[in-house]
Amino acid sequence: MGKVVVVTSGKGGVGKTTSTAAIGAALAQTGLKVALIDFDVGLRNLDLVMGAERRVVFDLVNVTQGAAKLSQALIRDKRVDTLFLLPASQTRDKDALTEEGVAKVIAPLKQKFDYVLCDSPAGIERGAQLAMRFADDAIIVTNPEVSSVRDSDRIIGLLDSKTLKAERGERVSKHILVTRYDPARASRGEMLNIDDVLEILSTPLLGIVPESQAVLRASNLGSPVTLNEPGNPAARAYIEASRRLQGEDVPMVLPTDKRGLLDRLLGRKAA
Amino acid sequence: MNSVAPIEKNSATPVQKKSIRFPARSFLAFALTPEAPLTEWLESLDGWTENSPGFFAGRPVVLDLNVLKPAAEEVAALVSELGTRGIRIYAIEATGIESLDPQLPPLLRGAKAAVIDEDKVESGRGMKAASSGPVQDLPPANTLLIDQPVRSGQAIYHPHGDVIVLGSVGSGSEIIAGGSVHVYGTLRGRAFAGATGNSKARIFCRRNEAELVAIDGWYRTADEMDAATRGKPIQVFFENDVLWVATLN
Repeated sequence: MGKVVVVTSGKGGVGKTTSTAAIGAALAQTGLKVALIDFDVGLRNLDLVMGAERRVVFDLVNVTQGAAKLSQALIRDKRVDTLFLLPASQTRDKDALTEEGVAKVIAPLKQKFDYVLCDSPAGIERGAQLAMRFADDAIIVTNPEVSSVRDSDRIIGLLDSKTLKAERGERVSKHILVTRYDPARASRGEMLNIDDVLEILSTPLLGIVPESQAVLRASNLGSPVTLNEPGNPAARAYIEASRRLQGEDVPMVLPTDKRGLLDRLLGRKAA
Repeated sequence: MNSVAPIEKNSATPVQKKSIRFPARSFLAFALTPEAPLTEWLESLDGWTENSPGFFAGRPVVLDLNVLKPAAEEVAALVSELGTRGIRIYAIEATGIESLDPQLPPLLRGAKAAVIDEDKVESGRGMKAASSGPVQDLPPANTLLIDQPVRSGQAIYHPHGDVIVLGSVGSGSEIIAGGSVHVYGTLRGRAFAGATGNSKARIFCRRNEAELVAIDGWYRTADEMDAATRGKPIQVFFENDVLWVATLN
């Protein structure tokens, strides 16, 4: 039986889709069978980030409505053969999804795959609630800034009340993934620091992904950063996060600036 | 609040400058919670109304279907069954049912349980909150303990007693208590103590990052608090017509 993991945040633009692709690819590279589901019906992006946009025939809505079989809609990744994508429909909206329909998709995927990653749309409405509905685990993607942290707090409240697990009296295990962490700005005190984020959200940390041009490059190329530039600090952070997701104990290192030690010391003194 | 809608110039009749107001009212509603098997439940209801004839006359009754969980089609039959007993249903509470026949009473969401004082209800006073659960006699010292963080967007409403939160209260959440509010983590949201008219209630927290604190309707926003109290353990109390925010030492 595989694990269903929702990647969510409340706020848009924090890196849910990028993180879904990067962590999904990192998991699949270790030989695990991974399915990525794009729940952002109407505003699909995961197919682009995965470089699969020209191979989409059927989508999530087709499968939930019984118009296509799951096996027809799943797109196998060309680089990692244990990685699959179930794209969202671009021509419909979130009302096209029903809980029963989503359940019909999740159940067989859970049987066949080790990890089912659900890329949630932004917001707290129906689309986001359906994406988290069947989750065992949740990755809450957060930027180190106040608006993102408060939205994450809101989403954690929903994870604790609106998921199937919560309604059964169990708990969804939640992990915070801090993305777009800028060491230079952090050292100048221009960003919330990690301790503050964790104190506000009182939820364990899965990883800290530094802001990086490599992430942007990878998205534009349609290749997850963990496959495209695995040596990049952001990719390494995603790979380590994926190991922690599997329960491995990987020490957490705060990303540091590339500038020399002396500069950083001076920078800190100035702040 | 009192803005006036733009007046159409072409209209022949003079338009009165009158704004429409929507004052909120709340009434205490009785919630009937049928249980399966339904025939037996109706029998016991009959037995009960026989002893208290006219109990439901003129009173708002809400039908709570969260225990019985009938199919949407069965609701109409149940409502008419109660109608024959002289019980008029004002609204229906049923999670899981998305919509009902327009002939039926409207669906109700977001009701909160209320504790009522029987004497007050008899005399028509004390109509302050809507009730969703069966009316119960709760012990007078009625403290609500929350052992996990209160997240942004959550609202804790506890009109009859203190609220104790062991974790933090997130920005954008609120605690409304009839009694005092105790927060053992950081208070970042809003806290209302003595919300049902008790100016002796107080608010305590281990670390004050509150957006707003209020006691018996007297409030103070973060901007109006002494900066020296931010990030500190504080208490909030009402004395000499002033709401005080003081650090705890």
